[in-house]
Amino acid sequence: MTIEAISSLVARRRFLSRIGLATCAGVITGAGALGVARTVCAKTETPAAGDSFPTKDYNWTEHQWAFGVDATKCIGCLRCVEACKNENHVPGNAHQFRTWVERYVYIEGEENARIDSQQDPVNIAASGSQKEYRFADRYKDAKVEKAFFVPKLCNQCENPACVQVCPVGATYKTKDGVVLIDEKRCIGCRYCVQACPYGARYFDEERGVPDKCTWCYHRITKGMQPACVESCPVGARVFGDIRDKGSPVSLFVRNNRVQVLKRESGNAPQVFYVGIDREVN
Amino acid sequence: MEPLIHFAPYIGWVYPNETVIEWTVLLAVYPYLTGLVAGAFTVSSLYQVFGFERLRPVAHLALLTSLCCMLFVPLPLLLHLGHPERAFNAMITPHLTSAMAMFGFFATFYVVLLMLEIWFTYRPYIVEQAQKRTDLLGKVYRLLTLGSHDVSESALRVDRKWIFWLAVIGIPGAHGLHGYVGFLFGSLKSREWWSSDLMPVIFLFSAIISGVSLLIVLYVVSCKVRKVPIEVDCVKGLAYTVWAFIMVALLLEALEFANIVYKGREGVDMIMEFVKGPLLVPYFVLQFGVGAVTPLLILSYMIWRGTTGRALVFGVTLSACLVLLSVFMMRWNVVIGGQEISKTGKGLLSYHLTFLGQEGALVALVLTLAPIAVLLGMIRLFPPWHDKAGHAAVAVS
Repeated sequence: MTIEAISSLVARRRFLSRIGLATCAGVITGAGALGVARTVCAKTETPAAGDSFPTKDYNWTEHQWAFGVDATKCIGCLRCVEACKNENHVPGNAHQFRTWVERYVYIEGEENARIDSQQDPVNIAASGSQKEYRFADRYKDAKVEKAFFVPKLCNQCENPACVQVCPVGATYKTKDGVVLIDEKRCIGCRYCVQACPYGARYFDEERGVPDKCTWCYHRITKGMQPACVESCPVGARVFGDIRDKGSPVSLFVRNNRVQVLKRESGNAPQVFYVGIDREVN
Repeated sequence: MEPLIHFAPYIGWVYPNETVIEWTVLLAVYPYLTGLVAGAFTVSSLYQVFGFERLRPVAHLALLTSLCCMLFVPLPLLLHLGHPERAFNAMITPHLTSAMAMFGFFATFYVVLLMLEIWFTYRPYIVEQAQKRTDLLGKVYRLLTLGSHDVSESALRVDRKWIFWLAVIGIPGAHGLHGYVGFLFGSLKSREWWSSDLMPVIFLFSAIISGVSLLIVLYVVSCKVRKVPIEVDCVKGLAYTVWAFIMVALLLEALEFANIVYKGREGVDMIMEFVKGPLLVPYFVLQFGVGAVTPLLILSYMIWRGTTGRALVFGVTLSACLVLLSVFMMRWNVVIGGQEISKTGKGLLSYHLTFLGQEGALVALVLTLAPIAVLLGMIRLFPPWHDKAGHAAVAVS
C-alpha cells in the first residue's frame, strides 16, 4: 500500500469518525433542545388549561390572598385591562370587564370630579377599537386642578353580598379568600350581579353565567402573579399572601394608611387602596 | 339575528359593567303576577275566613284567579335564567342564606294549598259532574274526585272545616309569598332605590289592591258576558277593600320616598334628578297621579255621595283598571327604575324595552295575559258561579 493510499484511508476514517461525533452531538443537542422546548412550552401553556387547574398539591388553607392598589402610581395605561381580557377570555367589548381603570379629573371652577373609564364612548373612539383601550386626551384644553387614576377589580369581600344571595351556592368563598363561581351549578339568575355594590360582575350571555375577577386564581395557585399585576409597568397593583409578613401586599398594608371602598356596606372588601380621594366609591 | 346583549345608554358616571341592564321587563312581570295571586287570595279569605258575605259572588272566582296567576309566576323567571335547565338546583341544593333560594318552596307550598282549597270547595260539584256526565269530561271529573264520592252533610261539614283552615293558613301563605318578593329587592344594599325595610310591606299592599282590582274587572266583565245582573253590593264591597288598602299603599310609598329624601344619603342628588327627569311620568304621573290618587278620589267621592247602580259599577271598574296600571308601574319603577340609577350614585342609565325577543314587550304582555286565558278554561271546568260548597265561616260559627 502506498503512502498516499494509507493517508487517504486515515483521512477517510477521521472524516467518518467526525461525522459520527457530529451525529452524536446533533442527537444529544436535538434531544436537549427538544427537552428545553418542551419545558418552555409547558411554561407558555395557559395556566387555566384543563390539565393544570385546579392546581395539584395546592393547599388553600395555607394562604390568605390580598390585593393592594396604589392609585398614586397608576398612569392609566390600561395594560392591566387588556392583559386581563386576554388572560381570562373576557368578551371583547366595551361593556364587560373583570377589571377597569377610572379617571378622576378636577377642573377649576367645577365642584365635582369628572369621572370616566376606558368604556366611555370618547375613550373607545380614541382607541379605535372595543378591544383596545386608551384614555382620550379630552382635558388638554381644560385647567385641571387635580387628576388621578383608580384601578378597580373584584374586592373579594370577606362578607360577600354576591355569595349571600346566590340561590344555589354556585358562587362561593374559598379558604384562601377569593370568591369564585361554579359555572356548572350556576342557574344564571343574576342576583349576584345586582347584589355587588361595586359593579364587579357582568353576565356572560354566551355561557349563561356571570363572571368576575378571581385575582387570576388559576395563576396565583401556581405561585404566579395575577395578569394585571404582572402587566402593570409602574407597580400600582400589589398582590400577595397577607399571612406572609414579607409579602408585597403585607408590606403595602403595613407601610401605608390604606382604605377600602364602600366600607359602610359591611362587605369587608379585601382590596386595599392608597391615594384615592373622597369621590371614589 | 338578535344581539346577545343590549347596551344601555347612560349619563354621568356609571360602572362599566352596569351598562348592561340585567333584569328586564320580565322581572317586573314576576312580582306583578305574584301580587295578583296575593290580592285575589285576600278577597277569597275575606269571604271564607272573615265572613264578608257581600263578596260571595267572587269568592270562588278569586281562588281560581289566584291559582291561574300562580301557575305563571315562575315562567318569567325561567325565561330569564341563563340556565333554566338548572332551575331545580335551587330546590335540590338550596343555598339557605339566599332570599331567592326559598322561592321554590314558598311557591310550591302555596300552589299545593291553593289546589287543596279549590278541591274542597268544588268537591260537591266534581262529584255531581262525575256521576252525571258520561263523556270524556266525566272521566276527568271522576279522576278529580280522587275516589271520594261522599257528599253527605257530615262530609261537607268536614270539607268546610278544611276550607276554613286552608284559607286561614293561606293568608300568611299568600301574603308571605308576596312580602318575600319585596324582601328580594329590599334586602339588597347595593342600590339605594331598593334597599328599604318598607319594601316588603309596600309590595304587599300594592299586591292586595292589584288582586282586588283584577277581580272587580273580571267580575264585571263576566257578568256582562254572561248577561247576568251585577250584584252592586259585591262591587261595593270590593270597592271598599280597594279604597282602604290603597290609602295604606299610598301612605307607605310616600313614607318610603320621604325616607330616601330626608336621609339624604350619598347618591340622593342622582335619585332626585332621576325622579324629576326620566321617572317623572312613570312614577309621579302614572303610578301616583293616574293610578293611585285618581282612583282614590273617585272611590272617595262615590262612597261620600253614596253612588250606586250603574254609575258605581262604572266608577269602580274604571278605578280598578287604573289601579292595575298603577301597580304594574310600581313594579316597573322598582325593578327597572332601580337599575337605571347607577350604583355609583353619580349616573343614570336608560333601559330600552324591545318589542320582540325573549325578554321583549310581547313576551311580557303574553305572560301577563296568559293567566286570564287559562282562567277562561278553568271556569268552564269549575264554574265559580255555583256556590254549593257553602260558607266556611258559617261552619265554624
